[in-house]
Amino acid sequence: MSAPARTNASGQAALAFPAVMLAAFFVVPFGLMIAVSFFSREQGGFYTPVLTTANYQRFLSWFFADILLFSVGLSALVSAVCLTIGAPFTYLLSRLPRRSQVPWLVAMMAVLSLSEVIIGFAWSTLLSRTAGLSNLFVAIGLMDGPEAWSPSFTAVLCGMVYQAFPYSILVLYPAFSRLDPSLSEAARTLGASPVRAFFNVIVPSLRNALVATFIIVFVFALGAYLLPQLLGRPQHWTLSVLITDQAVYQSNMPFAAAMAVFLVASSLILVLLSTMFGGRREAK
Amino acid sequence: MTRKPSLVLNRRQALLAAGAGAATLAMPTVLRAQDKSLKVGVYGGYFKDSFDTNIFPEFTKATGIAVESVAEPTGEAWLVQLEQAGRAGVAPADVSMMSQVAMRKGLQTELWQPLDPAKIGNFDAILPPFTVKYDDGRVAGVGAVAWYITLVSNTDAFPEAPDSWATFWDADKKDKLGLLALVSNSFLLEVTAKTFFGGTDILSTDDGILKVMDKLAELKPNVQLWYRDEAQFEQALKSGEIPMGQYYHDVTGLAAADGFPVRSTFPKEGGISDSGCWAVTKASQKLNLATTFIDYMTQPEIAGLLARKVGTAPVLKRDVLDLTDKEFAAVSSEIEPIVPRYDLYVEKSDWLNQKWTELIVG
Repeated sequence: MSAPARTNASGQAALAFPAVMLAAFFVVPFGLMIAVSFFSREQGGFYTPVLTTANYQRFLSWFFADILLFSVGLSALVSAVCLTIGAPFTYLLSRLPRRSQVPWLVAMMAVLSLSEVIIGFAWSTLLSRTAGLSNLFVAIGLMDGPEAWSPSFTAVLCGMVYQAFPYSILVLYPAFSRLDPSLSEAARTLGASPVRAFFNVIVPSLRNALVATFIIVFVFALGAYLLPQLLGRPQHWTLSVLITDQAVYQSNMPFAAAMAVFLVASSLILVLLSTMFGGRREAK
Repeated sequence: MTRKPSLVLNRRQALLAAGAGAATLAMPTVLRAQDKSLKVGVYGGYFKDSFDTNIFPEFTKATGIAVESVAEPTGEAWLVQLEQAGRAGVAPADVSMMSQVAMRKGLQTELWQPLDPAKIGNFDAILPPFTVKYDDGRVAGVGAVAWYITLVSNTDAFPEAPDSWATFWDADKKDKLGLLALVSNSFLLEVTAKTFFGGTDILSTDDGILKVMDKLAELKPNVQLWYRDEAQFEQALKSGEIPMGQYYHDVTGLAAADGFPVRSTFPKEGGISDSGCWAVTKASQKLNLATTFIDYMTQPEIAGLLARKVGTAPVLKRDVLDLTDKEFAAVSSEIEPIVPRYDLYVEKSDWLNQKWTELIVG
């Protein structure tokens, strides 16, 4: 990561390909999206390339501010939960002998092969009144009658954490497995309990990996639009759900684009803030 | 032990045979597609399967035109795709079944190629409300099928059939309803207006619409699911997870026929009537073949076949149909239907959508 920058010609040429790809598949579409967000909407029809700020004005309301805040908050919560479970899990996993690590990793990565739709339907069944977990609790006498736990905020959170968890392991695992075991051994020799060694030695030395994981899961969760629909009530719909509504059902591309620009901008700001935060602490 | 390899071999042979079989089955379509073919968009899922089995092969036999059926998503989403493809001069489907709201939105951008009624034999037998025209009288879409959205319930949870939409507002329905999530496909404004305000005229003014929305807001605690995806609600209704709601009469009837504990009821205020047109997008190069297709589809025998096999209501005059009274009653009702105010969804679509989102999300 901290390799010195290569300035020779072959290095430049090697960069050209990814640069072209980035331009073709990210910069250009994103530029188009920004352009469309300033086009004027033709109600009942499509849009015309006449510049207007109406789409942004429509977004600037308490209603959408609320939804943007909820989306960002939900994504941050998903990231936080993934880190809270993921960091100790990966730490313990990386201490296991290699042969026992493999099945765990394979199982984790297998979750990545599931589509959002399957995850959503599986969780909604799992949390349903007619076929869900609550029936199990009734059977063992913990509850009086089965209850529907989906749709609810908890259901959305569970589904999204389930979906994002493998990504957090994917980012954390290399850092944890490269971690010098002598660090925690030294801490233990100096009298720290395992928990204390984990928080005072392991976590600070892996801050970069933890911040990176937080950001990746956060950005990933911000784009979720199916799980909030399948597992949540309307008040749990994220901005991504409303963008989908506008783009897919209302054919209001300019407004959908304007909302997407807000979403990208706010996530960029948050990512910048967290890297600054991570970086400053590092410098101390 | 010695039998094991032969077992593997058998399985491989079976796979090979299956593969070869599939290839043979696929072959004729490919060959036929080379001379005369037409891409037809119909709603995906049960609807499309039913057309593929019961309707399209007969059409190909009768006309020699091969049909490549395309599964289309819900009307509005398909409209967006057609619009965008149309701008690029591509036709994802030559002729599509379009819902009324989507048809009308397409009129604004002249998305539909004008059709020649003279080339459609039974054009005069089609009931006028089902055909959509441009302002200057050109025909944009020809009535295909009609369907009803009715009050559906799980018979285990509700042994007595409900008789009015007003039952949605009862306190004992808390967390029990599944309703469509979009203002332009749920038609709940019309339902509320007809049930509590004596008809849909109140929707003619913005104040009236807001009044109706206030009444609808009372419903929110009772709604367990606002669905965009039909499968999501259908499953929940069958299992009793969400025992009541609004759903399509045809599909509910099929589920009931398959033995699921569900029923579809036409409430005393009427079921919501909606319909689809056959329309040809401007990007299609095959207007002639498409017209042949539409001509074939508007025959009374086909309308009868659709009613029996797919469960949709015919759009042709009752006297040209060969349906028995019982068959007709199964797909329709004597009760005057709630007719959606399609004009609203074109003229006020953004305002309505905004207010609606605030209503259900807020």
